[in-house]
Formats: sequence, structure tokens, C-alpha cells
Amino acid sequence: MESSNLFLLMLALGACAFYIGRGRSLAIASPLGGVRHLHSLPNYYGLNALLWCALPSMGLLILWLVLDEPVINSIVMGALPAELVPSTKADFNLLLNKISNLADGIMSADGQPAFMVAAAESMAGLRVISQWVLTAICLILATIGLYWGWRRVAAEYRARQSVERVMENLLLACACLAIFTTVGIVFSVLFESIQFFRSVPFFDFVFGSDWSPQTAIREDQVGSSGSFGAVPLFVGTLLISAVAMFVAVPIGLMSAIYLAEYSSKSVRTYAKPALEVLAGVPTVVYGFFAALTVAPFLRDLGADFGLTISSESALAAGLVMGVMIIPFISSLADDVITAVPQAMRDGSLAMGATHSETVRKVVIPAALPGIVAGIMLAISRAIGETMIVVMAAGLAAKLTANPLESVTTVTVQIVTLLTGDQEFDSPKTLAAFALGLMLFTVTLLLNIFALHIVKKYREQYE
Amino acid sequence: MKQAKAAAKSATDTKSNPKQNLEVDTTQATVGNRFCENPKMSMRDVNVFYGDKQAIYDVSVDIAKNEVIAMIGPSGCGKSTFLRSLNRMNDTVDGCKVEGEVLLDGHNIYQQNLDVVELRARVGMVFQKPNPFPKSIFENIAYGPKIHGLADSRVDLDEIVEGSLKKAGLWEEVKERLHQPGTGLSGGQQQRLCIARAIAVSPEVILMDEPCSALDPIATARIEELIEELSQNFTIAIVTHSMQQAARVSHRTAYFHLGKLIEVNPTEQVFTMPEHQLTEAYITGRFG
Amino acid sequence: MSNSTDNLQKIKSSLKRRSRSESRFRWYGRVAIIIGLAAVLALFVDIISKGHGAFKATYIQVDIHYDGDRLGVTSSADKSQLMQANWDALVKSGLREKFSDVSGRRDKRQLYKLVSNGTGFDLKEHLVANPLLLGETESQWLLADDDIDTYYKSWLDGEPYDARLTKKQIQWIDQLHQQGDIRLQLNTNLLTRGDSREPEQAGIYGAVMGSLLTLLLTLMLSFPIGVAAAIYLEEFATKNKFTDFIEVNINNLAAVPSIIFGLLGLAVFINFFHVPRSVPIMGGLVLTLMTLPTIIITSRAAIKSVPPSIREAALGMGASRYQVVLHHVLPLALPGMLTGAIIGMAQALGETAPLLMIGMVAFIVDIPQGFTDPATVLPVQIFLWADSPERAFIEKTSAAIMVLLSFLLIMNISAVWLRKRLERRW
Repeated sequence: MESSNLFLLMLALGACAFYIGRGRSLAIASPLGGVRHLHSLPNYYGLNALLWCALPSMGLLILWLVLDEPVINSIVMGALPAELVPSTKADFNLLLNKISNLADGIMSADGQPAFMVAAAESMAGLRVISQWVLTAICLILATIGLYWGWRRVAAEYRARQSVERVMENLLLACACLAIFTTVGIVFSVLFESIQFFRSVPFFDFVFGSDWSPQTAIREDQVGSSGSFGAVPLFVGTLLISAVAMFVAVPIGLMSAIYLAEYSSKSVRTYAKPALEVLAGVPTVVYGFFAALTVAPFLRDLGADFGLTISSESALAAGLVMGVMIIPFISSLADDVITAVPQAMRDGSLAMGATHSETVRKVVIPAALPGIVAGIMLAISRAIGETMIVVMAAGLAAKLTANPLESVTTVTVQIVTLLTGDQEFDSPKTLAAFALGLMLFTVTLLLNIFALHIVKKYREQYE
Repeated sequence: MKQAKAAAKSATDTKSNPKQNLEVDTTQATVGNRFCENPKMSMRDVNVFYGDKQAIYDVSVDIAKNEVIAMIGPSGCGKSTFLRSLNRMNDTVDGCKVEGEVLLDGHNIYQQNLDVVELRARVGMVFQKPNPFPKSIFENIAYGPKIHGLADSRVDLDEIVEGSLKKAGLWEEVKERLHQPGTGLSGGQQQRLCIARAIAVSPEVILMDEPCSALDPIATARIEELIEELSQNFTIAIVTHSMQQAARVSHRTAYFHLGKLIEVNPTEQVFTMPEHQLTEAYITGRFG
Repeated sequence: MSNSTDNLQKIKSSLKRRSRSESRFRWYGRVAIIIGLAAVLALFVDIISKGHGAFKATYIQVDIHYDGDRLGVTSSADKSQLMQANWDALVKSGLREKFSDVSGRRDKRQLYKLVSNGTGFDLKEHLVANPLLLGETESQWLLADDDIDTYYKSWLDGEPYDARLTKKQIQWIDQLHQQGDIRLQLNTNLLTRGDSREPEQAGIYGAVMGSLLTLLLTLMLSFPIGVAAAIYLEEFATKNKFTDFIEVNINNLAAVPSIIFGLLGLAVFINFFHVPRSVPIMGGLVLTLMTLPTIIITSRAAIKSVPPSIREAALGMGASRYQVVLHHVLPLALPGMLTGAIIGMAQALGETAPLLMIGMVAFIVDIPQGFTDPATVLPVQIFLWADSPERAFIEKTSAAIMVLLSFLLIMNISAVWLRKRLERRW
């Protein structure tokens, strides 16, 4: 039976379990003198039966679906004569793919070697068996669960507590998904990075100043060539982020100050959402804007003044990224500025300070931790930003601090290395994960530190 | 008017003294000695509005040079609002409007071309809750002189800070830790710091808005002593919740009721033989 | 005080300078806001001015003779005949008749380039829809090639861009224009077709469907999970190290660069669980993990805003905590949660970087019909088109951006509306 049909069937069984459990509780209740003689409401007996019926079998179904393919593949490949099994991982996967396609009937069996056809047949057979075994076990498990849930219905059985306990655990599992995601991220980047650092020494990667992964592939010699030095990428990332912060911090901060301290209510109602529109625009749109409008504009402008500005200049990408970050900084700054107690302002104004003196010398210093945290979060966002730089920054790794030149960034290289069809284990793709590890570590530290400051700051004024 | 009656009535109900009729016509003019010769500040027909709501009705009163005037009255009577209108701190409140004249040395402070910076440097203010800036003690005091450009040199500034702290009676307690944050002091010390901060720009008038309401009795006693000392050099208007405090520190007392100034008289007289029934009702504790 | 008048003098003399610096500071603020608003304006004006043209396409009127003998088609119902027929020949002969003075192979080839190379296919479809046309001649508006389209539009605007055309072609277009045989028409391809290498035939329908399927899956997964997690953290969890850790994780995940989620998807879902690349399931899974923190955070805020008095009232009646949540807290917090979900979906709709990692950048012509069909999404389509060298794609890209932004606008407006309309103030 198809997995989706099986799923639906089990849902139906679950519904049956609900009604049977509920019905039995009602049947037990009526001689006792009504539902109030039961420990729990009838619906809870029904739910209890449903959970017994559906949970174990669903769990098995999911587990089976995850493990099904790897197990079958290893059985099929294990059955092949040893001399026919390719030694490299790439060829192994290719062969497996071919057999799988044969088994699915996507590829015609004509002209294929006999051992592959045989393997495909055995694979198709195994798949059918697996599917039927799964169906059978699931149905048996569901039935046993249903029976068990039905059996447990009794006047004094604490069905509500039992259901609630299960529900609470399900809720907990959902909350833990955040942890699993983090763990997943850490493991996925760490695992591949370690593999990468086996071929390229860690220090060569972090301190090397020559980045040219393409050459490494062509010459078919990796690591020793030292072409995975990531310093130009770090410098490029920092350069573009610096340009972005140079734009976003003053503008974001000043507009937050103006909106929070000076503007009339009507200006605030319109200007604030209008600025926040910038936060809702997808990054790919900014990338397009940077690559097709801002960069050519800057290049032509530079030409008028006798400056050579690259058409993929760090300046263009940084400017547009800065615009993207303005609302991010302004809304965070707005939050912390309005959190500064009015008493501080009154104290300063009562001394005869002008409004701007009050803002500059009292409000901003008081809000400084929050503002700094906001800027750190913004930096973390700038160095992790991908689409703008992919579309508007360059590909060539150049070690320069001149924003008029073209530089490349960590995220650009991750995208470049991973899009397109390469084998997964090549150092090129692994390098992307090593870059990802760097990116994740830096942004993680920035985020945790910033969030910690923000939390402390909130506590201070609450 | 209606409200006044209702409030007065409810006061009589709760205090159950049927003989005393508290339904007095509060529209009548303020009783007592409102005016004096050569006043430091004089208010004429001051009305204050918050949006459509009127908070202060036709208040006229003088404050003499180097006197301490206390403003008392039940909560919500507008005494704080009135005080804040004396150095235009109400400007910071949205929708607040002040009518009438407030004269400082004969000049209306609500004049169009008047700079509030100068006004507030001359009329300082201390608030209900101590509000030191999140800076060092030194920086708190030096803030005013710095923004106004009063100190010509670092030595000058040090002198001003020391002098102000001494006048506020805080010098001995903090001279060892001038560069630690002002927020680390105790409540009473913080309030004296705020007073020191206010006098560092040598204002002529100091407005105090319930300066002791957040403090314990010992700290309160210190502040009261301080007010007495300060009165030699400054004109002080103090809003207070505590009648005892008004009796202890002030020369004259003004009694406010529902936005109206009911009575102004020398403090001794107010607390011994009030002219107005409402004042009497208040000081004898029948409401408030 | 002795130095009081002295001080006053100093203050008075500083007033002018200080009021100048005050107004300067105000101007800094105003200028900052003006720059911000100017950036919004520049962005939108730029996109719209580039993209509005794409909603119209250039068509050329040609007499088409559906010559059954020439096509080798005897009945329009015979599929194999239709498949084998040379439809382009119909177009070519139509064009030759129109410009009977054109001779020579090179000129002819350039003549044929006036119309899109997909025209033959369109004619086939037209004949299938109107079988009686076989053997007849009909005057038809044929889709022009993208270079012609670009030239004609720019020519109409008064700034002809003729870099990719020959002199002869320009002459022909001029001639067509004088005869009234070339015109702009509503571009239905843009909204009804999938991607194509030919700009004039490319449309965003496939990408829109891909986005829709991906978002549907994201919503189905992230909303229930996010709400469940929020309920647990707000209503059931006791405050301890473990729940603190969960919280730190959630807050941090909300700030992790999106491309990292792409790496996660690549390493875990594709390489470990062998989920196929380029399909909405894959995109949905990655975007679920990405939007989950947003949904959890907003849902928690919504739950928090339900006053504790309501919980206490229900608990006082003897309801279990679970019943309190189900009967009282959830219904009251739902509008806030839905608002959060819409915001999360808007974020997911605009997301590009992680989808590049999991292979949703493939060139896909077919319209995806299900969660397991290869698909791309709207922002990735924009990225792909923006990368294409053909000039005509700039216009298409801007138009696709306009469509994407309108979707986002609708979502955000509905979120604001929902919040205003349904959220209770306590």
C-alpha cells in the first residue's frame, strides 16, 4: 500500500478509536448514573484511545520511511559481486542511481548490463516487500493500540491526565525542535568542515591570503596548493559590511531619534511604517537594485569625476545593504530610546539643557547598551546577507580595502561553490561548509552577546 | 464646581461629621495674603489645561525672594501641575496649555521670544523620584555647568562640583567616589545629588516636587535640613504631601483644592487658624 | 549667590550657539528620514519604471495560411501528424508574403527573426482549438522576438535601443508600424507560462505555483509546531536551565543568516535523508526551520498578552491547565498568532539564499503540480532572470519583482488588518 494511503487509513483508524473509546465510556457511565460518575469526560477516553492507536504506528511509519531507502540500497549493493562495486564514492552513487532508475522504470532496461538489471529487479522486489511489511506492521500496531485504549476505559481511569501528559510531551517536542535545529546546523557545518580541514590545514584556511578554489580543481591538486586562504573573503565581507554600517548607523540612529524625540504624532504614524517598508523588501530585490541600478550609476558617476569604480564595486553592494539595514537599526534604536525613562529627560530639561543636549548627553548614553546591541545584530545581519552580494559583488577574491574595487564575500563563495552540480565530497563543496562554519560562529557570537546586552538593558528599566 | 461639591460631600460622608458643612463655594477668590512687595515670582490668573481638561483655575499668587513656600492639598489638586508651569516643564507634556502670566523678576516667562534654556537655568527643579543620570557623581553635577558653559577651566569645574556637593551636604559622603555612578547611591543621597545638580548652575529659584515622597524618614530629615540651609540663598517652592513637612520647612503655605488656590497664609497661621473651611478640613485630616 | 548674575551672562551669551546646534540636530534627524524615504521611493520608482513595460508585449500581424498539404496535416485531430508538421514554415511563408521584396538567405533569416521562435507552437495550438481553419488563411497577431520587443518599446518611448538589430530589421519594423501591423498588446504569457530561455515566452506562473506549494507546506508545518512550542514555553514550562536554553536557541535562530539554513538543508535533508533536490517539499522543510523562530516569538507575545486574570478565572472553576489553554488562551491569542504566521510567511516568500543551496535554482519550464515536482520559487526566478544576459529579461525581472512585492503587500496589509480588527486591547 502507498505510504500516503496508509497514512490516511491510520487516520481513519484513529477516528474509529476515538468513537469506540468514547462510546465505551458512555456505556460504562450510563448504569452508574451519568457521565459525572466517570473520572474524565467521555471525549478524553476517546482521545486516549486515539493516541494509543495512532501515535505508535505513526512513529513507526515515519521511522520506516526514513530508514527504508538506505537499508534497501545497502542490501542491493551488498549483494553485488565485489568486483563490480565501484571503489570511489562518486561512481558508487552513480551506479546506485542507475539501478534505482531502472527499478522505478524511469530508465529502459534495454542495453544495460545484466547485473544491473538483476539488481534493479531485486531492488523493486524489496521495495514491494518493504511496503507490504510496513502496511501490515502499522495496521497490527494500530489495532493493538486501539484494543488497548478500549480496554483501559474504566470509570476510575484518569483518562484526562493521561491525554494531557502525552500532549504536554508533544508540545515539549515541538519546543525542542529549536534545539534540534541548532544542533543540526552545528553538526552539518562542523562535520563537513572537519573533512575539509583534513585536506586543507585550518591555519592555511584562516590565515591564507590566496583564494582560488577553481584552480585547485583544474590542477587536480588540493590543499597543498594553498588556494583556500580565506582572508580575502573575510576582508571583502568586512569591507562591504563596513560600507553598509557607515550608511545604516547614522541614518537609522538619527531617524529613530527624530521619530522618538521630535516628530509630531502624525509624522511618526506615516514615516515609521514607510521606513519599515524597507525591511519587508526581499533581499533579492535589493540585489537587483544594486546590480542593475546603483552599480552602473556609481560607475558612470565615478567616470565623470575621473575615478575608476568597478561595476561590481563593494561600494554599490554596501550602500544598498546599508539601506536594507536602516529600518533594522532604527526600529531597535527606537525601542531602546523610548525605554529610557521620561524622568531622565525631565531631569536634564529642568537644568536648562536644550532638547538636543538632553538627547546627546543623557538619552543616548543611557540607551547606549541597547543601541550597541542593535548595531551588533545589524553587523551580524550584514555579514550574513547573501543575495545582495551574490548579485552585486564580484567573484574574484581580491585583498583590498578600497571600496571602489570589486571584492567577494564569504556568502558569495558559499553560494558559488554549492550551486551547480559537483560531487558532494570535493574540497570545493567542503570549503563552502568551512566558510559556513566561520559565518555561523561569528554571527552566533555576535547574536548571543547582543541578545544578552539587550536582555540586561531591558531588566534595567523594567 | 459640581465635582468640588461631590468630592467635599463624599469627604463629609466618610468622615461622618454632619455638623460641619463643607459645601463651600470654591469659586470665591483665594483668601489670605497672596501678594507681597518685590516678589521674586508672581503668578496672575494662571489657568492650565491638559487637552480639554482644565487642571488649574485662575491662580494668582506671589513668591517672595528667599522665602520657602509650600504647596499642599489632596492628591490630584493640581499642585504639581502648577509647580511645573513655573519653569515651563509642562512644555514637554503633549497637549498642555498655560494661560495667564507667570512673572520672574517682572518678566513674563511665557513670552514668545523667551528661551526656556535661560529660564530653566534660573528656575531649577528637583523631582519626586530621584533621577540621577546614568553617569558618575561628578558628571551628574558637572552636567549643568558644562552645557551652559559656566566653567572656564577644569579647576573651575572641580570647584563648582565641590561647592555644590558641599551645599547639598553630600560632599563628605561622596568625595572619595566622585567617579562612581550616581545610580549607586542610596535614595536619600541620590535626591541630594539631584539637589546638588540643580544648584550647580546657581539658579535663583528651586522648585521641588515632593522631593521626599520616595525617601525614608531619616533621609527626609536630612533633605528638610538642607532646604532650610538653602533658603538663605535661594527662593524655594516645594510641593509636599506631608503637612508636617510643610509646617517644618516653609514660611508660607498655599492650599490647593481641585485646581484652585484656596488659601495662602504664613505657615504658622495656616496650621493654627486657617481662614478657609476647606483648609481647616484638610489640615484636621478630614480628607486628603 | 554672588556669581549668579555672572552665570546668567554666560548662559545668555551661549544661547545663540546652542539654539543653532539644536536646529542643526533637528535637521540631521529630518535629513536622515528624508534619505530613508528617498531610498524607498527610488527603489519603487526604479522597479516600476523598469518593469511596467513587461505587462505589454509586441505583436506583429501576419496572414497565416493553414496549408494542409504543406503541413502534411489532413485532420487537426491526428496528434502524430500535428507533432511532425513543420509549423515554423507557416510563419516563415507568412512573413515572406508580407515582405515580398526580401530576397537572399541572410535577409530572409533576419526576417524570420522578427517573430518569436515559439510562434509555430502557438499556431499549432490555435489550429487545434479552431479545426475549421485548416486550409484557410487568417490574419494573426504573432508574438515578436524579444529584441524586436525591446526595440519597439524603446522606439515608442523616443529613445530607440537598436544595438541588436540590423538596419533592415529596423526598416521592416518601421514599415510594419506605418501599416499598423505592429502593436503592443497585454502580455498574457507573463502570468500564464513557466520559465523559458526566450524572454518573450518566459512567464512567472511556474515560479508562482512553486512559491505557493512551498509556502503551503511551510505554513502547514511551521504554524502548528510554532504554536505548540509557544504554548509549551508560555503555559507549561517551568523556568529552569533547560527552558532557558530553548529560549536562547530560539532567539539565536531568529538571527542566524538564512544561508546557514540552506547549508543545513543541504547536509541533513539532501545528503542524509535523500530528499530530492529542487522540490517544494525540500524548500518547505528548510523554510519551516527558518520561519519557526519568528512564529514562536510572535505566538508567545500573543499568549503573553492574554491577561492572567482570565487564566485564574478558568483555573478557579476547576479547569485543567490544558483546558484553560484550549478554551480560553488559544482563542484569545489566535489573531496575534495568525498575524505572526502571516509575517513569517511573508519572510519565507521573499527568501532566496537558502533555496539556492538546495537546488531550487534549476531551470524549470513545467508548471509544478505537486509537492514532489521540480519547482522554483518567485524570488529565485527573479535571481535567475536578473542573471540572464538578454536585455529583455531586465524588464521581466522588474515585472516579477512587482508581482512579488504585491504579494508581500497583500500579506502585510492583511496582517495589519487582522491585528487591528481582531486583536483585543486589554
